[in-house]
Amino acid sequence: MISTYSTLATAVSTQAEHGGQVAVEATGIYSWTWLLIAFPLLGAAVLLLGGRRTDRIGHLVGTVASSLSFVMGVVLFVAMLGEGDAERAFTLDLWEWFNAGGYQVEVSLLLDQLSMAFVLLITGVGSLIHVYSIGYMEHDERRRRFFGYLNLFVAAMLLLVLAADYLILFIGWEGVGLASYLLIGFWQHKPSAAVAAKKAFVVNRVGDMGMVLAVASMLAVFGSSSYSLVFANAENASTGWLTAIGLFLLLAACGKSAQFPLQSWLLDAMEGPTPVSALIHAATMVTAGVYLVVRSAAIYDLAPDARTAVVIVGAITLLMGAIIGCAKDDIKKALAGSTMSQIGYMMLAAGLGPAGYAFAIFHLLTHGFFKANMFLGAGSVMHGMNDEVDMRKFGGLRVAMPVTFATFAMGYLAIIGIPPFAGYFSKDRIIEAAFAENWVYGICALLGAGITAFYMTRVMLMTFFGARRWKQSEPPHESPSVMTVPLVVLAVLSVVGGAGLLYLTGDIVQWLAPVTGEAHHDLPMPLALLVTLTLLTVLAGVAVAWGMYGRKAIREDVPAGNPLTVAARRDLYGDAFNEAVLMRPGQYLTRSLVYVENRGVDGAVVGTATAVGGLSSRLRRWQTGFVRSYALTMFAGVGFVVVAMLLVRLP
Amino acid sequence: MLVSVVVLLPLAVAVLLVAVRTVPERVASWAWVVTSAVDLALVGWMWWRFDPAVDASAPGVAGGVDFDAKVRWIPSVDASYHVGVDGISLPLIAMSGVLFLACAVWSLRERHRPRTYAALFLFLQTACLGTFAALDLILFFVFFDLTIVAMYFVIAGWGHGDRRRSALKFFLYTFVGSLALLVGFIGLFLGSDERTFDMVALASDPPLRDDPVAGGLVLLAVGIGLAVKTPLFPFHTWLPDAHTDAPAAGSAILAGVLLKLGTYGFVRIAMPMLPGAWRDWAVVAVAAGVVSVVWGALVALAQQDFKRMVAYTSVNHMGYVLLGLGAAGLVGHADDAARTVATVGAVVQMVSHGLLTGALFLLAGVLWARGGTHAFGRWGGLARPAPLFAGCLAVAAFGSLGLPGLSAFIAEFQIFTGALQAVPVPTVIAVTGILLTAGLFLLALQRLLTGDTAVPPGVQADVRGDVPVDMRGRELVAVVPLLVLSLVIGVLPWLLLDVVEPAAELVATLLARGTG
Repeated sequence: MISTYSTLATAVSTQAEHGGQVAVEATGIYSWTWLLIAFPLLGAAVLLLGGRRTDRIGHLVGTVASSLSFVMGVVLFVAMLGEGDAERAFTLDLWEWFNAGGYQVEVSLLLDQLSMAFVLLITGVGSLIHVYSIGYMEHDERRRRFFGYLNLFVAAMLLLVLAADYLILFIGWEGVGLASYLLIGFWQHKPSAAVAAKKAFVVNRVGDMGMVLAVASMLAVFGSSSYSLVFANAENASTGWLTAIGLFLLLAACGKSAQFPLQSWLLDAMEGPTPVSALIHAATMVTAGVYLVVRSAAIYDLAPDARTAVVIVGAITLLMGAIIGCAKDDIKKALAGSTMSQIGYMMLAAGLGPAGYAFAIFHLLTHGFFKANMFLGAGSVMHGMNDEVDMRKFGGLRVAMPVTFATFAMGYLAIIGIPPFAGYFSKDRIIEAAFAENWVYGICALLGAGITAFYMTRVMLMTFFGARRWKQSEPPHESPSVMTVPLVVLAVLSVVGGAGLLYLTGDIVQWLAPVTGEAHHDLPMPLALLVTLTLLTVLAGVAVAWGMYGRKAIREDVPAGNPLTVAARRDLYGDAFNEAVLMRPGQYLTRSLVYVENRGVDGAVVGTATAVGGLSSRLRRWQTGFVRSYALTMFAGVGFVVVAMLLVRLP
Repeated sequence: MLVSVVVLLPLAVAVLLVAVRTVPERVASWAWVVTSAVDLALVGWMWWRFDPAVDASAPGVAGGVDFDAKVRWIPSVDASYHVGVDGISLPLIAMSGVLFLACAVWSLRERHRPRTYAALFLFLQTACLGTFAALDLILFFVFFDLTIVAMYFVIAGWGHGDRRRSALKFFLYTFVGSLALLVGFIGLFLGSDERTFDMVALASDPPLRDDPVAGGLVLLAVGIGLAVKTPLFPFHTWLPDAHTDAPAAGSAILAGVLLKLGTYGFVRIAMPMLPGAWRDWAVVAVAAGVVSVVWGALVALAQQDFKRMVAYTSVNHMGYVLLGLGAAGLVGHADDAARTVATVGAVVQMVSHGLLTGALFLLAGVLWARGGTHAFGRWGGLARPAPLFAGCLAVAAFGSLGLPGLSAFIAEFQIFTGALQAVPVPTVIAVTGILLTAGLFLLALQRLLTGDTAVPPGVQADVRGDVPVDMRGRELVAVVPLLVLSLVIGVLPWLLLDVVEPAAELVATLLARGTG
C-alpha cells in the first residue's frame, strides 16, 4: 500500500489537475508565498506574548503586519498576471507534518487563481478593517489584544485558503474558528458575548465532525489528503465514497458559513465588536464554506447528489436569511441575516457545478466589499450613537453623518443589484445560472433578490431617513477620518468592484477556469428579459419597503406583526428547535447518565465490595492505624505469588 | 545500564530522604526537583542516542528495543530483571519524566511534611518509569502494583475532602484489578512453550496460539486488569473520587502517568503476546472504547466541579486509545497502513493526554490553592484578575478538545483515520466526542473566565480591588512547559512520530501473525 502512494505521488506531476492546470513548484517570487502568512502570524505572536510592553504600539504593529501581507499579495498578483492563463498555480512545500503508516501529510501551500483572489480579499479588506479598528477600539483598554486576535485571524484565514492539503486547510479552518471565538467573546465581561462565542464554536464543531470524517475518508480512499492526489484520483473512486465525502464537506461548510441547518450561531455572533462582524462574520471567514466547495470541485463534479444537496442548502438559506433580515430591528442582526442570505446565493451557485463555481467566487468577492462597507457603516453609526443598535431609535442620520450615509448608500445599491454597482454583476449571473439549471432554483434566487431589496431599503430608511427618533443629549457625530477613510475605499469598491474585477482578470470565469473548469449554460428565456425581470423584482421590493417605512412614520415601540414577522424575529425558530430537540433532551440525557453512573455503575461496585464479607468496612478499620501495612501486604502478596510459582515449577 | 539508572535514581534519593532524617524540609523539596531534572536530562540523552534498529534480525519486540539490560532474578521461572526501551515506552518515559519534574516544581511550596512527600513522589516515579521500562512480566507487575501503593499514600496523606475514603476506593479497586492482571500473567507463563516471564520471548513466540478459549480467558484477565487502570467504562468509577480528593500534583500524575500504565499494558502485553485473541476480541475493545468516549464526555458535561469534569474527560480520552488499538486488531478489515496509523495515534494520544491533562489538573490546583474549591459555582470572570491563568487554561482546554496545532488533534485524527476503514459506524459515533468535549471545555471556560468576577469568600481583594488569584512563578514554570510541548508536538509531530512509528508498525505486524 505504501508503495502505491509513492507511485501516485510521482504520477500526479505528469497527470493533469482538475480544470487542466498543473501546479509547478514555486520559484522566484512565488517561493516567498509563506510570507503572506508569516507577517500576521508574527504580529499576533508579538502582540499576544509581548504583554503590556506592546500596549502603546499594539494597533500599529497589527495594522502594519496585515498591510505588509497585502502588499505581498499585490506583488504576487501582479507577477501572476504576467503568467500564461493556465500556468498560474504554484506549490510550496514547507515541512513534513506527519508520516505514519504510509499516510504522509506535508505542510504545503498552493497559490493559484482561486487562492490569489482570496488572498487579496482577506488582506485588502482585512487591512482596511485594521485601520478602522484603530479608531473604533480607541477607548478599549484591551485594544492590543484585539489587534493580536485580528492578526491571528488573518494568518489562519490565509493558511485556510493557501493550503495545498485538506488537513492543512483544517488547521486554518480551526484557527479562524478560534479567532472568531476569541473575538465574539472579546467583551468577556458580557455574559451574552461569552455565550455567543461558545455557541459559535460548538455549532462549528458539528461542521468539524464532517470535516474530520471527510479528511479521514480521503485518507482511507486515496491514501492522501493533498489536493493534487485527491483530485487526480477522484475519477477512480466509487461514487458512493465521493458522495459521502461531498456531504461531509458540505456539513463542514454549513457550519463555517452559517448555512441551514447550522445557521443559528451567526446572528448571536453579532455580540462581537463591529469590525469583527465586518471582517470575520461578513467578508471572509463565513465565506470559507463556499471556498471549500469550490476548491473541492473535482469531487463535486463526480458526485451529483452531493451537489444537489449544496444547491438545496443554498436555496433554503438564501430565503431564510432574507426573511430573518426583514424582521430585525437590530441593524447588525439585519445585516447578519443578509449575510446568511448572500452566502446562500454563493452556495447555490457553487452547487451548480462548473457553470456556477466562478459566479460563486465572483459574488463572494463583491459581497466582501459591500458587506464589509455596510457593517463598518453600521459600526460608524453605533460609534456616533453610544453603541445603540436598535434602528427604531435611529432616523434622519444622513444629515448628522454624511460620509457614513454616502458610503452606506453605495453598499446598499450594490447589494440590491442596481447596475452598474458591484452586486449587479455578480448576483445577476447567479440568477441566470440558477434559471438555466432549473426553474425552481431560479425562482428562489429571483425571490431572494426581491426580499433583499425590501429589507435593505428598510434598513436604509429606518437609519438614515425619516424623523429623528434619537433622544441623546449631544447629537450624533460623524466618525473620525481613521474610520471614514476605510469606508470611502470600500464604498468605491462597492461601486466599481464588479466591473473592475471583470476588467482586471479578463472576465472572472476565464481567470478561474483553469482551477474550477467551466461550462456554458443555455437560458430558458432571452437574457434581456431575465435582467429586466430581476430589476423589476428588485424595484418592487424597494417600493414595498418605501410604502411601509418611507411614507409612514416609524413606530418606536415594536408592532405586534403578523405570524411570519414574529417567526422571523425569532430567527424562524432555529434556536427554539435546537433548544427543544437538542439542548433539553441533551440535558436530561446527561443528568440521567450521571444518575446511572452514581447509582448503577458505581453503586454496583460499592455494593459488591460491601457484600463480599464486609470487606470495605474491615479495610476501613485497617486504615485507622498502620497504613504502611498496605505496602507490606502487597510485598508479601507478590512474594507469595513468586514462591507459589516456584513450587509449581518444581517437579 | 542507562535505563536502570533512570529508573532507580529517584528511588535512591527517596531512600536517602527517608533515612537521613536531618535533611531540612526545604532541601528535601529542592532535592526532589534536582533529582527529577537530572533524571529527565538522562531520558533526553537516551532519546538522543535511541536507535530502534538495534537488532532488526531478531523477531518480536526485540526488533525495536534499545538500551536493554538483563540480570538473572528467579531463574526457576525464568523471571529476570530485564529492562529496555522501545519506540512506545520511550515517549511515555519521557512524558512521565516531564510531568514528574513539573510536579516537583509545583510542590516546592508544599508545607505538609514536604520531606516525606518528596520521597513518596520519587518512589512513585521509580515505580512508573519501571513499569514502562520492564521487559519481564513479574518485574512489570511489581512496579505496576507499587504505583498503587504510592498513590494511595499520596491521596490519603495529602489530599482533601473525603480523602481517606477516596484513597481506599482507589486502592481496593485498582488492587483487585491488578490481581486479575496477575492471574493473566500466570496464564501467559503457563501457556508459553518455554515457561518464561520474559516479555520479549513471549512476544516473539506468543503463548496459547492454538487454544482460542484459553487465549481468550487469559486476555479477559489481562484486559480486566488493564481496563480498571485505564479506566474503561464500566470500571472507571474510582477515578472521579480519587481525582477530586487528590492533591493537584497527585492528580496530575494519576491522570498523566498512572492511567497510561493501563493503555500501555494493552500495547505492550495484550496485543503482541495474544495476537490471536486480540484479533478475535478486538470488537470488544472498540466497543469499550466508543462507549467510554461518549459516556465519559456526557457525564463530564453534567459535572458542577471543574476538577471532577477534567477527571471524566480522561475516560473520554482513553476511550479513543482503545478505539485505535481495537481497530489495529481488525486485521481482515483494514490494511496495514490504517492499522499502523491507528496504533500510532493511540500512542500519541497517551503522550498528549499526559501533557494536557497534567496541565489541566495543575491549573485546577491553582483554584484550590487560592479558594479551596473547584466548584464552578464559586468562581467566575477570572479572565480579568488572572490573565495568565486564563491564557494557560484556554490553551490547555483547546488542546484537550482537539484544536489542530496542539498534540491531541494529531492523536485523535490518526485514530479516526485508522479506525474508519475497519469500523466505520463506531468511528462516526466516536467522532461526536469532539463535539461533546468542545461543548464541555468551552462551558468550563465560560463559567470560570467570563462574566462578572466572582471568587470564594476566603479570597481577599487587595488595596486596588484586585483579587490576587493569578498564577505565580513556580506555577507557571510547572505548567507552561507542558503546554509548549503539546504545541511542539502539534506543529512538528514528526519529532515524536519518528520514534513511535516503527514500533507501532511492529505492533501492527505482530498482530497480523498467523493470518494469511
